[in-house]
Amino acid sequence: MNGMLAWIPLLPLLGFLALVTIPIFTQREPSQKLVGAIGVGSIGISAILVATIAITVFLGRAESVLTLSVWQWIHVANLQIGFSFYVDWLTLVMLMIITGVGFLIHLYSAGYMHDDPDFRRYFAYLNLFICAMLILVMADNLVLLYLGWEGVGLCSYLLIGFWYKESKNGAAAQKAFIVTRIGDTAMAIGLFLLFYEFSTLNIPQLISAASAPGVNVEIVTIATLLLLGGAVGKSAQFPLQTWLPDAMAGPTPVSALIHAATMVTAGVYLIARMHPLYLLSETAMTAVAVVGALTLLISGFSAIAQSDIKRVLAYSTISQIGYMFLALGVGAWSGAIFHLMTHAFFKALLFLSAGSVILSVHHEQNIFAMGGLYRRIPFTFVCFTIGCACLAALPFTSGFYSKDHILLSAWEYHQGVNALWIAGLLGALVTGIYSFRVLFLTFLGSEGNASSHCKDANTSVMTIPLGILAILALFGGLLAPPLRGVFGVEIDEDHSRWIEAIAIAMPLIGLFIAWKMYLYEKEAGEKRSLIMQFWFKGWGFDWLYDRLLVRPFRAITNLNHNDIIDSIYKGIAALSTQLNNALSSSQNGQIRWYLATFVVGAILFLALLVAL
Amino acid sequence: MTLLAIIIILFAGGILAWLSERHLHKGGRWISLASLIISTILISSYWPQATSVSTAESSQWWDTLLTSWIPRFGISFHLSIDGLSFLMLLLTMGMGIFGLVMTWNDISFRRGFFHFNYLWTLAGIVGVFTAMDLFLFFFFWEVMLIPMLLLIAVWGYDRRIYAAIKFFIFTQASSLLMLIAIVALAFIHYRNSGQLTFNYNDLLGAQLSANAAYWLMLGFFIAFIVKLPALPFHTWLPDAHTQAPTAGSILLAAILLKTGAYGLLRFTLPLFPESSEAFAPVAMTIGAISIVYGATLAFAQSDMKRLVAYSSVSHMGFVLLGLYALNTIAIQGAVMQMIAHGISTAALFALVGALQHRLHTRDMAELGGVWPLLPKLSAIALFFAIASLGLPGLGNFIAEFLVLVGSFQTNHWITVVAAIGLIGAALYALLMVQRVFFGKFNKKLERSNKGHTISDLSIRETCALLSLAVLLVIFGLKPQAIFDIAQPTVLKSMQRFTVAHDVGPGSREASSSNTKSLSPPPVKDPIAGTSP
Repeated sequence: MNGMLAWIPLLPLLGFLALVTIPIFTQREPSQKLVGAIGVGSIGISAILVATIAITVFLGRAESVLTLSVWQWIHVANLQIGFSFYVDWLTLVMLMIITGVGFLIHLYSAGYMHDDPDFRRYFAYLNLFICAMLILVMADNLVLLYLGWEGVGLCSYLLIGFWYKESKNGAAAQKAFIVTRIGDTAMAIGLFLLFYEFSTLNIPQLISAASAPGVNVEIVTIATLLLLGGAVGKSAQFPLQTWLPDAMAGPTPVSALIHAATMVTAGVYLIARMHPLYLLSETAMTAVAVVGALTLLISGFSAIAQSDIKRVLAYSTISQIGYMFLALGVGAWSGAIFHLMTHAFFKALLFLSAGSVILSVHHEQNIFAMGGLYRRIPFTFVCFTIGCACLAALPFTSGFYSKDHILLSAWEYHQGVNALWIAGLLGALVTGIYSFRVLFLTFLGSEGNASSHCKDANTSVMTIPLGILAILALFGGLLAPPLRGVFGVEIDEDHSRWIEAIAIAMPLIGLFIAWKMYLYEKEAGEKRSLIMQFWFKGWGFDWLYDRLLVRPFRAITNLNHNDIIDSIYKGIAALSTQLNNALSSSQNGQIRWYLATFVVGAILFLALLVAL
Repeated sequence: MTLLAIIIILFAGGILAWLSERHLHKGGRWISLASLIISTILISSYWPQATSVSTAESSQWWDTLLTSWIPRFGISFHLSIDGLSFLMLLLTMGMGIFGLVMTWNDISFRRGFFHFNYLWTLAGIVGVFTAMDLFLFFFFWEVMLIPMLLLIAVWGYDRRIYAAIKFFIFTQASSLLMLIAIVALAFIHYRNSGQLTFNYNDLLGAQLSANAAYWLMLGFFIAFIVKLPALPFHTWLPDAHTQAPTAGSILLAAILLKTGAYGLLRFTLPLFPESSEAFAPVAMTIGAISIVYGATLAFAQSDMKRLVAYSSVSHMGFVLLGLYALNTIAIQGAVMQMIAHGISTAALFALVGALQHRLHTRDMAELGGVWPLLPKLSAIALFFAIASLGLPGLGNFIAEFLVLVGSFQTNHWITVVAAIGLIGAALYALLMVQRVFFGKFNKKLERSNKGHTISDLSIRETCALLSLAVLLVIFGLKPQAIFDIAQPTVLKSMQRFTVAHDVGPGSREASSSNTKSLSPPPVKDPIAGTSP
């Protein structure tokens, strides 16, 4: 069984290599069927392998662990890093999401991208992404995790800029890579610090070292905060959240896979994986929770003001990951992972449905140009409605169970009313508003400009994944993964009824507000009040960073474009040329000049002699 | 004898290529290729030594040639090879062949003389990497300089004379410092021991006053960091690179810069351990500043060659930082960086050259949207750009990661500054990809290339570039072979330092016993283990 582990990331890698090298051998572009079969098939087989391992090894056994050491990667002095995998229930949940949801999105992509000339390049990148993501979650040491971490970042970059002819897509891709790299650099420094302190980067060893008595809490605090920096970048949390809305420039299935279901949750995974270290430091825990609470509010309000269907979903993703961070910060580890899982189901469903909408209305993305679409694309409407219900956490949907868990944990953690809990509740209200706002504006109400020429673009390879995801989103709440073996027993939920009632009421109030504002007395067009304008711009973070960082950096580099140090050498060179000119002008060939200087020199010399 | 044979073959091949210029029209390049391949085979004959397990007692040297040259002054013709030299020689030969293959049809006049200079530069470099007599080392140091100068001055671009003179003055002035330091070192040793010698192994035991050692160390240090190049002596590099022909750029970036790094590791550190240790914080600071400064300048360039040149300054800063962190991890990282940077930068210069050959410009303001026009070239360029920004899984990452991990053990804050260079690398590498390959097809390009048919990379070029790409992947995933080969040399240098800088659990516990008592004990001996 252990040997099979290596094949899980290897198959997508082989898929990538095949897709890249086939034209070198055949000298022509392979058919779409072949490309699709390789691209989708490799992930499909991986998913089957994961399912086999899950059933045979993990089912019913919360403590199971599989390990596999493929080879010794780096061994210098006391730095030992293996190409080794470690799979427990936490990893397994991630594996099932990545390969399962990943497979469905690949399948959908085969339909969505079918008329794109760069079909092969698309699937090559997508397969490489899955490979890197699998390595990220399977790694048994932080360096291998970092390999996957940067690998998914690269694929995200390549896929955001997939339609590279538009330079705005390229700019978005670049922004995504560089903003996340800022976080990654913090994370790398965290790795250096952990190695400095514990002389190992192997995760199980780190954890056992950290749980030994007398550990230096100060260093652990700094290290966990630095790791949080990496998580914040990758998961688009405050203050590095600005790249994700722009990342919507990529193809919509990419947004579903990378920027909703898998990669952006890597930060949550990292913190959950390193949770014993975080538990040592109250500061780090608070930081995680505060980041989550701030992010979920900031981006929740931003989502209300957006007019692009994908940007609404992007901000909602940031906000939902904020919930996961909040959960992590209050020690509700399994709650965070549970929400990660249900979020992967319903957000993938929402993005793929949005993709169908966008294809059906011929690449219009403005929700104010839509409206009344439920009649024209009923299947997509049903799927999107299910997604919105889960996102808003209406009772008995999957999102309800996981979000409820988080809110209760926030309540329990501080034993009563506290800022984190209130932020979570307020966020639930906001979530209700923006999810139903987008649903109402897109599918209900009067028809917009783009609605009239809407034609259902769903093909069977697209409807099947949508259907499966809809079922998962509805009933995924029953699949709470058994994470006791990883996280131990958490706070038991003992709370009064009214807290639960408030949590249930919030999204319903949101639904009502959305109905009142956007359906009952629909606002005319896109006019925005000042505060909405502010939210629309994402609270002005882009503006701030542009003034604070981008422009000064550009100004300085442009100023020093010619390398100021070189001018020193140029100055020396110019000086010697001048000196040369001055001296050579004395060699003018005139006898009287020579005589005169000779006499003056002799007098000076004699005067000097006398004086001395 | 093999080492001497390699040098003779390269010298002789050069002369032969020059002589044949009149008779064989393009024959010189075949002579070049043949002599390079024979040399490579000769070097490969040392492979058994590379794979055998070394013990602490066994000699560091695999092979030595020692004959008297100028006995009156104690100068001998002394060549030796160890793991470090072996790696550097393989890099030299590999990149020599790569540069030749990539520019197979580029040179249009004085072909034979071109190959003469090309091979003599390489011969000089082989000498530098194997000479164990300081005077002989200086001799080869000069031998590699003059032909390189001619490569720039004769076959370069518009401002080639300016660039060649700048290159010459910088390197010549700095090697004068080194010459003074070498002679002074030999003289002081003579005064103390009564034996006049330039032999490396003898001079290792020289008794120096702290003050003298410090000044001599500085002489060597400056000579080597000018070559590296590090701030503030780097300004010759962008000019030399922009004006040099592609083959010259490849030699310069891939190998010539490495002689500076090699010199630091082989000579400066072991000859002057105490003063190097005292000087280490300064050197590490210079390294870190080079990393950041090089990256910001690379970001500001619009000429692709200048961009890659400044990125070299940034990458070689990692070498300096790693070497002066004075622990095994960082020095191994520095050695890896020498190899990985050699490969990735050679490929980038070759690609810029190929692009300029086809589109007649390398100004990024005139480029854009090249991908659909040259898909193969663009995809390969994307790969090497990503390698140069240090993506894990490729050799450059291993190098930079080890350097930073190691230097963090020595100095936290300098390492943090250096790590910011990782962001800088992403900035300039992606900027280049964006401005050249992505975006809309540039109108200016259309106008200037009307009537030409533009062909993508040929099979010859593709194979050459892909083999480098494969090498980077191998070094990224299985770098252990490199570490094992370099380990004895690194160990020998480390042993000369009084303080053990390897921060293992044991060594640190000794220094601060009560605070750090809980480190897990995964490794017993911090230095002992690189056996496969």
